[in-house]
Amino acid sequence: MTIHFVVHEDGDSVGTVVVENVKAGATLTGWIMEQDKTVSVKVLNDIPIGHKVALKDLKNGDTVIKYGVDIGRTIAPIKQGEYLHVHNVKTKRW
Amino acid sequence: MPMDLKNASFWGYRRDNGRVGVRNHVIVLPVDDISNAAAEGVARNVMGTMALPHPYGRLQFGADLDLHFRTLIGTGANPNVAAVVVIGIEPAWTQKIVDGIAQTGKPVAGFSIEHNGDTATVMAASRKAKEFVHYATGLHRSEAPLKDLWVSTKCGESDTTSGCGANPTVGNAFDKLHPHGVTLCFGETTEITGGEHLVAERCKTPEIRERFMFMFNRYQEIINRHKTSDLSDSQPTKGNIAGGLTTIEEKALGNIQKIGRKCTVDGVIDKAEMPTHPGLWFMDSSSAAAEMVTLCAASGFVVHFFPTGQGNVIGNPILPVIKLGANPKTVRTMAEHIDVDVSGLLRRELTMDQAGDKLLECMFATANGRWTAAEVLGHREFVLTRLYESA
Repeated sequence: MTIHFVVHEDGDSVGTVVVENVKAGATLTGWIMEQDKTVSVKVLNDIPIGHKVALKDLKNGDTVIKYGVDIGRTIAPIKQGEYLHVHNVKTKRW
Repeated sequence: MPMDLKNASFWGYRRDNGRVGVRNHVIVLPVDDISNAAAEGVARNVMGTMALPHPYGRLQFGADLDLHFRTLIGTGANPNVAAVVVIGIEPAWTQKIVDGIAQTGKPVAGFSIEHNGDTATVMAASRKAKEFVHYATGLHRSEAPLKDLWVSTKCGESDTTSGCGANPTVGNAFDKLHPHGVTLCFGETTEITGGEHLVAERCKTPEIRERFMFMFNRYQEIINRHKTSDLSDSQPTKGNIAGGLTTIEEKALGNIQKIGRKCTVDGVIDKAEMPTHPGLWFMDSSSAAAEMVTLCAASGFVVHFFPTGQGNVIGNPILPVIKLGANPKTVRTMAEHIDVDVSGLLRRELTMDQAGDKLLECMFATANGRWTAAEVLGHREFVLTRLYESA
């Protein structure tokens, strides 16, 4: 089975796309590395390789979790399957 | 078959001070910026020598000057270096570096330019450099136990594949090397921001934890003093962001995958200081690739693991830099820079254990003399860290 995105841990808010040419509307298969299981998500935007897809709905100001750890906060609501990056997430540091 | 490291060994150059190198360079080391021309002149005259030009060494003072000396002496003292010609404008600072390197027992000689001029200096230094090349090329590799290998790591041009592929591969290798008494090192102080609690938890003793947090907080103060924004233009870098990394926290959590899951942090050093016992050391350092790798070389490390996401091309004059990558696009578009392709991890074709072993195989080949991509492609970035303005 082709893996389109990877997730570090069960419960993470995001997955990382690991294949090129992911287009909006595609249903992707993800591999949760720590628990070694697969999930799927329908993406709402084109997402470049290495970039992240939201795995759950997030409200504005929510904490984003990756590796089971806080990686920053949302600055806009983000839907499951949406492209998540610097346009909708910011650091909590500095 | 997983790799058995219990009786593992490599073939290196054992120096008089007991350390073992994996390269046998004769270097021409300028003390200061204005001695670069003479140093490069010697390297042009004498085959088998290499000049290490750099832009600093004048009117530095205090801790910044100490670091300058420590870095140059450490570079000359590195066991990958067989012998050193030091050239400076003035005799006193030149001699200080010569004396520091001489403590290793290796051949070293200093030449100063003032009241000699470049021409006479180059001539005298070239004669000595020729002797040193004969000395170095007469040395042979001998078998050394794995514990004599010092391995450092720093990642660069990271992206999200670094955190799930290349960096945990280094972590897997470090977890395997640590129980065998290998001396290991990581650093990149600001790139731990957001994961500092995880590194602190791994510190072996409360004293080490305290020292780590001191270094971490000291660097945060520098950032806070000088920043004009939230650093989102430089940390993560534009390349990191292009590669999908969104925040410093995300970058940091990927970064610290390099210290694996098991190894403890057994010591903390300041920039270009030398570890005093085996184990994993945290070195306070910049996160800029060439600065950090130069500091690792000055601290005595002889092989370097450099995981990259988007494709950093860095090398070092004396420290072989092994590059590994998991981003399938990077390993395709920049194949000539990648020593170990672990992109199979993200296709589930390679387990983390297999990826770690692949890196270790490359480490042994490199230690035994095989050149890395960066060496073959001529990458010799020698970049000194500065702490503040000159006087």
